[in-house]
Amino acid sequence: MPTMFEKIWNGHRVLEREDGQTLLYVDRHLLHDGTAPAFEMLRKRGVKLRAPERAFATPDHYMPTDTRRIDEIANPELREMVASLTRNAAAEGFTLFGLDDARQGIVHVVGPEQGISQPGMLIVCGDSHTSTHGALGALAFGIGMTEVAHVLATQCLWQRKPRAMRITLDGALAPGVTAKDMILHIIAHIGTAGATGHVIEYAGSAVRALSIEARLTLCNMSIEAGARAGMVAPDNTTFAYLAGRHYAPTDWDRAVEGWRALCSDADAVFDTEVALDAGAIAPTVTWGTSPQEAVAVDGIVPDPAAAPDAARRAEMTAMLDYMDLRAGQPVAGIALNRVFIGSCTNGRLEDLRAAAAIAQGRRVADGVRAWVVPGSAPVKRAAEEEGLHQIFLDAGFQWREAGCSMCLGTNGEIGAPGERIAATSNRNFRGRQGPGVRTHLMSPAMAAAAAITGRITDIRTL
Amino acid sequence: MDRFAPVRSVAVPFARDNIDTDQILPARFLHLPRDADHGACLFRDLRWRADGSEDPDFPLNRAPWRDVRIALGGRNFACGSSRENAVWAMHGHGFRAVIAPSFGDIFAQNGLKNGLLPVRLPEATVAAMIARAEADPSAELTVDLQAQHVIDADGIAHPFEIDPFARRCLLDGIDELAFTLSHHEDIAAFENRIGRDNQ
Ligand code: SF4
Repeated sequence: MPTMFEKIWNGHRVLEREDGQTLLYVDRHLLHDGTAPAFEMLRKRGVKLRAPERAFATPDHYMPTDTRRIDEIANPELREMVASLTRNAAAEGFTLFGLDDARQGIVHVVGPEQGISQPGMLIVCGDSHTSTHGALGALAFGIGMTEVAHVLATQCLWQRKPRAMRITLDGALAPGVTAKDMILHIIAHIGTAGATGHVIEYAGSAVRALSIEARLTLCNMSIEAGARAGMVAPDNTTFAYLAGRHYAPTDWDRAVEGWRALCSDADAVFDTEVALDAGAIAPTVTWGTSPQEAVAVDGIVPDPAAAPDAARRAEMTAMLDYMDLRAGQPVAGIALNRVFIGSCTNGRLEDLRAAAAIAQGRRVADGVRAWVVPGSAPVKRAAEEEGLHQIFLDAGFQWREAGCSMCLGTNGEIGAPGERIAATSNRNFRGRQGPGVRTHLMSPAMAAAAAITGRITDIRTL
Repeated sequence: MDRFAPVRSVAVPFARDNIDTDQILPARFLHLPRDADHGACLFRDLRWRADGSEDPDFPLNRAPWRDVRIALGGRNFACGSSRENAVWAMHGHGFRAVIAPSFGDIFAQNGLKNGLLPVRLPEATVAAMIARAEADPSAELTVDLQAQHVIDADGIAHPFEIDPFARRCLLDGIDELAFTLSHHEDIAAFENRIGRDNQ
C-alpha cells in the first residue's frame, strides 16, 4: 500500500506532536559555507552537535572559482563565510571537504558522488535544491537556518507530512532532449506552485531510462515546481552508481536488499497524479523570470494579450519588459552576452560531456563570454582526464574551479546589468545572476550551442 | 523570541503572484550576520533604482506604507530559495504578518520560527483586502493570533487556520528547539533502535 515516500517517512518517525507534526530523524545533514548563522545560534545557547558523524560540509556558495585560496578572496565578509566553515568543522568535529580536499564541490554534487546520499535516507541541507539527492531514492529536502540549527542540536526535524504526487513520464526522449528539458517541461506544465505541499515521485519508462546524473538534474528542480522533495525509486542503475563509492555501505548485499523494498507498492495511492508524454518534449528554454515560463526552443515568446486574466497579463508584460523581449519573437535567435555551464543542476560529468560534444572543433562566438564551472573537484579531474577541458579551452571557454559560481553569484561572480545569459542552473528570477541580468535556463548542450552561435540555438539544427 | 501580540497596522500590497525570495532579499546580502540590519535590504532592487534613488512607485516607498507591519501578497508568496534571510528582512523592516492565498513552503515555516506570521486566507478575501488597501492606503487591518482571525477595515473578522503548536510557540514566545531538547530520551531511544550509525 504505501508509497516510497511514506515508507521512508515512517522509518524516520521519532515522535508525534499533538498538532500532528512528526519529529523525524535525520540520517545525513549536509552543510555549506552559508551555514555560519546556524552555528552562531547554537553557540548563543551553549548547545553542541548531537551527531557530528552525520554532518558533511563543503564550501561552495562563497568561494570564487578562479582560485582555491581563501586568502585570495578579496571581500573580507565573503572570506569569513568560507573560513568560518573550516573553524566550525574543527571545533564541532564534522567532516569537511575543504578547498584543499580532492572531494570539494557543490554540496549537492558531493553528496551523491561520495556515496553519502543513499536510498531510504532522510537528508536535509540549508539549501532548497536538496531535493537533488532524491534521485537516489532518498527523502531529501531543503530547510531554513533555524531548522539547520535545530538539526545540528537534535539530529531531528519537525515536519507536517506532505502529500504524495506521482509524475509519470512514459515514452522515449527525442534526440537532443535531456533531463533538464524534462524538468523545465514539467514545471511549465504544472506551474511553479503545481507541487506545493507535495513530495514528487518521478516514474515511468522515460525516468527509468535516465542515468543517475540525469535523475539528479530532474530531482534538483522539484523545488521550482513548489515541491518539498522529488525522488526516483532506486533500481539497478542506482546500485551500480553507488557501488564502490567511499561512503557506500560495507554490508552491501543487505543494503541492496533493503533498498529494493523501498519502491512504492503496486497499489500505492498518490494524492495527485500527473502523466506526460516524454516523446513530446523538445529542447526547452525559459523566456521569463520564473522557471515555469519555458517553451520549446523552436517556439515563440508568448503574447500577454492571450493571457487568461488581467493579473497574468500584467505579470507577463512585466517579464517581457525586464527580459527585453517582444511577444511573438522566435526564441531561437535571441542574442546573448554570456554563457554559464555548471551548478548543482548541470555541473556533473555527463553534463560537461554533452557540452563538450557541441563545443568540439568549434569556437565561441565573438563578444560572448562563456564559462564552464565543474560541479566538484572530482568532476573537474575526471573531465580533465578525458580531455574535455582542452576542448572547452580550444573553443574559447573559460575552464574554472568547482563551486556554485554564477548560479547565485554570492561569491561575486555575477553578470552586468542588461547582460543576457544562457545558464544551465535552476533559477531565472529577476536579478538572480546580478541586478538587471537576464537569464535563460537550458540544458548544457543547448548552452554550449548558444555560446558557439552567440544566440539561443536549437541544437537539432546546429 | 518576543510574544506575538495582536498587530494593528496599515497593510501594504505586494499584489503579484509568485514573488520569489530573491526579490525579497537579493543574494548579495546573504552573508550578512544574523544581527545585521536585514530590513534595510528588503526588496532592495525593487525599492531603489540602479542610480540609488528611491522608486516612488514601489509600495513601500509610499507615505502610509513606509511604516507598516502587515503585508498582503499574491499566490505562492515567497517561493524559491530557502533563505531564512528573507524572513529576517521582512521582520527587520517591521513586518509581523503576511496575508496571502498561499506561500512558498519553506518561507512559511521560516516565518513561524521568527515571529513573522504567515496568514492564509481565501484568494477572493485577499484580493478584496488588496483592492481596499490600494483605494485607501490608510485603511488598517488587525491580525489577532490569539483569536485566529484578521479583522478587515470594515470590522469584519476573517478566521484563519494555523498549526496549533506553532501558534502556542508564537503566543508564548518560546522556540521549538527547547521543546525538542526536552525529548532527548526519545531521540536516544530511536538512535538505539536504528543503531547509532545506520550507515
Ligand atoms: S549551484 Fe546554485 S542552486 Fe546549487 S547549491 Fe549552489 S547556489 Fe544553490
